[in-house]
Amino acid sequence: MKKEEVPQYDENLLNGIKEIQYAVDEEGNYTEVKSPGWEPKNSALKQAINLVDEIIEDARQQVLEGKKSPVFFYMHLKQMDLKILKEESGFLKFSIKRHFKPMVFKKLPDRVLLKYTNVFGITKDQLFNIPKEPVKALEYNFSFKMKEQN
Amino acid sequence: MSAHCENGVTANLLRFHGIELSEPMIFGIGSGLFFSYMPFIKMNGIPVTSFRPLPGAIFKRVTKRLGIDVEVKRFRNEKTSMDELDKLIEKGIPAGMVVGVYDLSYFPPAYRFRFNAHNIIAVGKNNDTYYISDPIMEKIEPLKYEDLLKTRFAKGTYKPKGKMYYINNVPESYDINTAIVKGIKHTCKDMLTIPVPYFGLKGITTLAKHVKKWPQKLGERKAKLYLGQVVRMQEEIGTGGAGFRFLYAAFLQEASGIMNSPELNDISEQMTQVGDLWREFGVAAGRIFKDRHSGEHPYDEVSQLLLKIKNEEEKTFINLNKIVKKL
Repeated sequence: MKKEEVPQYDENLLNGIKEIQYAVDEEGNYTEVKSPGWEPKNSALKQAINLVDEIIEDARQQVLEGKKSPVFFYMHLKQMDLKILKEESGFLKFSIKRHFKPMVFKKLPDRVLLKYTNVFGITKDQLFNIPKEPVKALEYNFSFKMKEQN
Repeated sequence: MSAHCENGVTANLLRFHGIELSEPMIFGIGSGLFFSYMPFIKMNGIPVTSFRPLPGAIFKRVTKRLGIDVEVKRFRNEKTSMDELDKLIEKGIPAGMVVGVYDLSYFPPAYRFRFNAHNIIAVGKNNDTYYISDPIMEKIEPLKYEDLLKTRFAKGTYKPKGKMYYINNVPESYDINTAIVKGIKHTCKDMLTIPVPYFGLKGITTLAKHVKKWPQKLGERKAKLYLGQVVRMQEEIGTGGAGFRFLYAAFLQEASGIMNSPELNDISEQMTQVGDLWREFGVAAGRIFKDRHSGEHPYDEVSQLLLKIKNEEEKTFINLNKIVKKL
């Protein structure tokens, strides 16, 4: 890659910083060049971000339809899986799967609910009332919006 | 600032102890270039592709090859891990740490996935705030005690378990030429001779064979995700572009000067061309995610491109292997 070929495609995915790419100058010597992004790379990252959002939306729908409890939704919203949630909460996988059932969730004691609100970093009110509209993980968790290009 | 987090952290720790080496030099001596494609290991349902060795390998190899005395610690107890860190900071010794990025509050949000193999250095502390030198950030970043603790004990795959590493002592002199030769030999061996079809050049061949079958086997949507993952790893923050190929070419160029070997510079040029091919692969894959490809069999085309990369890379490493034996 030549120095002038280092892509400067900025969608703010790096939140204002730039990363270093190595490229050759006119004399063929390697040098560091800063880059805010590259289209194929950005597309691949955005694809991964969208996948997370799709999984969260699917979980949200399942809660709205009464198939799953809010614990299931917040697990996905915080990009956790059963393994991480087990390690963060100290509950057994078996118990967590039970807590995914709306009927079981309704009867959970405060002690258990408190554990979940702590692990997810949310209030009890948020735990019982999941968002009414689809959410984007980056906006919800980190108040971050991507720049739109094209 | 540097391209790759482990190189960057290793370079900064060495610099503090008076050893001035460039990032490409650290990368080359530490044999940081690699390829693996492991369809049997999945993360979030997508096979693992990687352009680097296991976390920690570069620091370990570089310090060993330069004869530097280091300490690497992991912790069961969270508080002990922070107390030990504080002791080092008090003595003015910078400590490298492996952390998860999800809870790294200053990190670019779009990159805050549950990824647990990032490297940072704690350089200072004021009350409850640590000052962090992070190779991908442009300046020193503050990080709260609770957040640092959380990232050091991040949960999930490849838990860092508080891993901390630092330099005890550096020798008065070291032999950079021997270290370079060892680093190159190791990389040639990794790329050319591992007898399993998932690592080195054989791994690229396997990936090429599998890519072709993805659309039929997985459906269009999942095939795109699989391909996207390869490009993400190839261009991940810190690769310096093209899955570290340019960084390695920069190393070969610098080594050519140090060792007075013009042949190494020829190999550097070949490696740059290989890097350009990886970028071409990135562009072709990008057209697939955006449904902008023109040919009828886009996955066959990227598969062909991967085979071409493998062939060119093979020639380059065979040449490099011959040259390094004479150095």
